Amino acid sequence: MKPFDYIRADSTTHATRAAGQGANFIAGGTNLLDLMKLEVMAPHKLVDINRLDLHQITEVDGGLRIGALVSNSDLAADMTVRKQYPVLSEALLAGASGQLRNKATTGGNLLQRTRCYYFYDTAMPCNKREPGTGCQAMEGATRLHAILGTSDACIASHPSDMAVAMRLLDAVVEIESAGGAVRSVPLSEFYRLPGQTPHIETVLEPSDLIIAVTLPAPAKGAQTYRKVRDRASYAFAMVSVAARVQMDEGTITDAALAFGGIGSQPWRNPAVEKALIGQKPSPELFAKAADILLADAKPQKDNAFKVPLTRRTLIATLKELCGKDAA
Amino acid sequence: MNAHLKMDKPDDRNRLDDMAQGLLGTAMDRPEGPLKVTGTATYAHEAHQPGMLHGVLVRATIARGTLDGVEAAAVEKMPGVRKVMWGDKFLRNPAQGTANKAPVQGSSEIYYIGQPVALVVADSFEAARHGAQSLELRMTAGTAVPDAKADGVAVERPEKKQSSMGDLKAAMQDAAFTVDQRYTTPGHNSAPMEPHSAIAWWDGDQLTLHASNQMLKYNVNEVADSLGIDPENVHLLAPYVGGGFGSKLGISPDAVAAALAAKELGVPVSVMLTRQQVFENVMRRSETAQDFQLAADKDGVLRGIGHTARVSQLPDESFAEPVTQATPFLYKGENRETHMEIVRVNQTCAGSVRAPGEAVGLTALEIAMDELAVATGIDPVELRKRNIPDRSPGEDKPFSSHKLAEALDDGAAIFGWADRKKGATDGEWLIGYGMSSAARVNMIGESHARVTLNPDGTLLIETDMTDIGTGTYAILTQIAGEMLGVPQDRIETRLGDSKLPKSAGSGGSWGASSAGSSVYMACEKLRQTIAAKLNCDEGDLTLKDGTATFANKQTPLTDLVGDAPMVVEGAIEPGKTQKDFRQATFGSFFCEVGVNSVTGEVRLRRMHGSFAAGRILNAKTARSQCLGGMTFGIGMALTEELIQDTRDGHLVNHDLAEYHIPVNADVPQLSVNFIAERDPYANPMQAKGIGELGICGAGAAIINAIYDATGVRVRDLPATMDKILPGLPDV
Ligand SMILES: Cc1cc2nc3c(=O)[nH]c(=O)nc-3n(C[C@H](O)[C@H](O)[C@H](O)COP(=O)(O)OP(=O)(O)OC[C@H]3O[C@@H](n4cnc5c(N)ncnc54)[C@H](O)[C@@H]3O)c2cc1C
Ligand code: SF4
Repeated sequence: MKPFDYIRADSTTHATRAAGQGANFIAGGTNLLDLMKLEVMAPHKLVDINRLDLHQITEVDGGLRIGALVSNSDLAADMTVRKQYPVLSEALLAGASGQLRNKATTGGNLLQRTRCYYFYDTAMPCNKREPGTGCQAMEGATRLHAILGTSDACIASHPSDMAVAMRLLDAVVEIESAGGAVRSVPLSEFYRLPGQTPHIETVLEPSDLIIAVTLPAPAKGAQTYRKVRDRASYAFAMVSVAARVQMDEGTITDAALAFGGIGSQPWRNPAVEKALIGQKPSPELFAKAADILLADAKPQKDNAFKVPLTRRTLIATLKELCGKDAA
Repeated sequence: MNAHLKMDKPDDRNRLDDMAQGLLGTAMDRPEGPLKVTGTATYAHEAHQPGMLHGVLVRATIARGTLDGVEAAAVEKMPGVRKVMWGDKFLRNPAQGTANKAPVQGSSEIYYIGQPVALVVADSFEAARHGAQSLELRMTAGTAVPDAKADGVAVERPEKKQSSMGDLKAAMQDAAFTVDQRYTTPGHNSAPMEPHSAIAWWDGDQLTLHASNQMLKYNVNEVADSLGIDPENVHLLAPYVGGGFGSKLGISPDAVAAALAAKELGVPVSVMLTRQQVFENVMRRSETAQDFQLAADKDGVLRGIGHTARVSQLPDESFAEPVTQATPFLYKGENRETHMEIVRVNQTCAGSVRAPGEAVGLTALEIAMDELAVATGIDPVELRKRNIPDRSPGEDKPFSSHKLAEALDDGAAIFGWADRKKGATDGEWLIGYGMSSAARVNMIGESHARVTLNPDGTLLIETDMTDIGTGTYAILTQIAGEMLGVPQDRIETRLGDSKLPKSAGSGGSWGASSAGSSVYMACEKLRQTIAAKLNCDEGDLTLKDGTATFANKQTPLTDLVGDAPMVVEGAIEPGKTQKDFRQATFGSFFCEVGVNSVTGEVRLRRMHGSFAAGRILNAKTARSQCLGGMTFGIGMALTEELIQDTRDGHLVNHDLAEYHIPVNADVPQLSVNFIAERDPYANPMQAKGIGELGICGAGAAIINAIYDATGVRVRDLPATMDKILPGLPDV
């Protein structure tokens, strides 16, 4: 671990002023510390934000405002979340382990880095870790990697479960920058595709601090989060589906779908949802939705199975949410 | 006094059954348990010494080539860094089990990515690690063989590892039913909870090493040979070992690096491997490709078995995963071929991982047997029973004791095998049932222990034997307590110190039988001495709760010992009963799995194992060994796989986030039952090894259950969803 300065911030202004190029905020530290021990990340300064007053979950405008430091465990257990946004609670509980969720925070979870094996090994070329060195995952071991939204510079997947549910729920990220200005960025615009700059993952500037995530008023319909993984717990998603479907007299009147494990960012494709809305559920319709979702999939040898796996998981999830009519 | 036994004759007196204390075989708690659960047992890295420095090893980052130099000066200028070292004494890889000499040494020849070629020593672990990560290596790349499965790799077929009997080809042609398939298993890592580590300090030319090792008698010689010093000058301490599973049989690179640095710097030095280094530096189980040919007659009785196994290994290492070890003795068949093939690769060294040989070899055989059961339509339990031989067919030896049939029947009854339903479902889950046999060779190694009966009636047991989490402290206490009628709270057991009498060490499931027998021998001698004092036959003497009883007369032991302690060194050594008989443990596994019909995810729902391993010394620790073995089997069947990048051979998933051992949620309720057995050929306790039996074949039961549930036959382990998906019905 490279030696670093440590600053404990006592206000958000203090935090953003202390941060900047080459510095990192530390929240739960469950991802950052691992990466620092391996020197995959080597900030010269850590700004500890744990004492900031960002631990509240409050109801606003019929929706919910989640402080950036609310732990994954607390968020999953929150009564409003469990009742109004069950997909979020399910997604959180499907992630990591109890111990990690106790430490992991809402802001940190959104910003966790990819689990690409080569990103974690500083002896390997990696465009995300060291821009311009190449992508060693290409043609390598790619079970964890994305099939959508990748580029020829990087095929890493975004590992978060929580962010997939938040993407489904149209979450908005509240960001404070140095100087105190606060802006809101919808999660749909928060992450950036890798393109030729996979090291730039979000729209955040170096001193930007996430202070909260807001969820709009709960939308109608049944919700679920389904995570498919290599062991029963404590494993990242091979594919996950967050879904909400509203039915009226046998017709799908509203639908939202987000995916984990297959995208370079928590994945959502409006065309898939559009294809479902206003239709009567049927195997053909579900197959069509899967076709649209996977039309641009670019699998590697090891993760080619994610194409049929995603297709099957999506269809089964839609069947479940549309109820018996789907049969 | 001494008591020495060479096991040339069976001992069917079953003397332990005559004892009165009632301690042996019970589920007695481990005496050291409270230390472990309160964090006060000192593991290797925890015996901090005053003025101790920390060393972190530096990995080579090319698969083959030379190390021409290191940029030491830049790193030695870093804050806290004291020294950068490299040289011809660094270990390329750990010593193989019972090697008794140094493994390949030297930093300048690089053989695999991850080879520890240099050491950075600093005031703190953090500073040393930062130095190690910053050290630039000047390397020249050579030509590597990174992929054991590449077309055209050179294959060695050592003559000693090939055997033929009868005419298998003809047997296959004449057979009513055949199986002719290839099964593949990936590399495994034992990933013990305690990383390999050592603290070294010198007093003149005397080296003390506080390390994490399984076999001190051999480890002392390995350290001495690596450093070029007299074994007399090496004192090795390993009182607590946080898991080994074979990975600590031989010394690992940390020990020698720590000793070199401590010598150079004149202060104690600790070197601990990081988790990633445990994966890269310490033994992997080789991947295997196994071709099985089974030829059966119309009744399912085998007339021939062919087993050809290919494994990989670094150059200049003699160990090859003994994949075919159980094939010669498990099932009938007069026409047999067993062949081993070795490919030399530039990858992490291959070595012993829990149950080398049977863990993967029997698993493949038991999948093949299931395929035969399907082909013949014979119940898999019945098929196995029909194939139990009278003598070991491939070795032409009698069995010492054979309880496979009993284990199969017992397991089937407890599991309810006969009541299983074909085609059961639970929502999206397809339910299936599978079973397999378990078998593991049994042996002992020469072992010595000293037992002291003190004037105050307390007992002291001393041997350099290790307890790697298995329960050695408990069982040696129980054996001595039972033989001498001394309650547990008056017994002290001291282990893991190379100055104590030399034992066989922990490994190959021989630890309990070997070390236990040496304690038994010492105690038997003590009983004879006590009997002599009472003028009676040892056989007529009853010892219980510190009192000797003979002819209705009770005498406290304290009255019999006198003023000086009674000290006996007991010893056991293998003899004719090991050479002339096939000794083995047997068992059976039964399980129920659910396979998700949408995703192909497999979840084990329940599993049972019945095992015959001779006398059971401690009901609780024996059961725990079997539970642990079965859990390894779950990992082997479903999740565990070392991923090697075929372009440079490097281990891709070198941590516990991505090398998937089963977590609690993957392990349902497991049950274990022991079959009563006394094996007189094994040792004077009639006990056999149990540390590895629980993994041998366990994975096959799960693979067979997946077939039962889905009709998908997985022949390439582990059975991850991608291998099952193509065989599932549409959603
Ligand atoms: C073994 C293992 C298994 C896991 N399995 C899963 C899983 O199955 N599913 C899953 O979703 N996750 C999983 N995780 C990841 C876990 O969810 C994340 O590590 C965690 O959510 C990160 O939160 P944190 O607060 O600890 O972040 P930190 O490690 O503190 O920070 C992560 C990053 O976010 C930045 N940051 C933190 N807070 C802010 C803020 N308010 N504003 C701006 N920047 C900020 C930090 O600078 C850093 O770059 C796993 C982790 C481990 C170690
Ligand atoms: S996939 Fe992305 S993170 Fe992985 S090696 Fe390539 S560039 Fe790096």
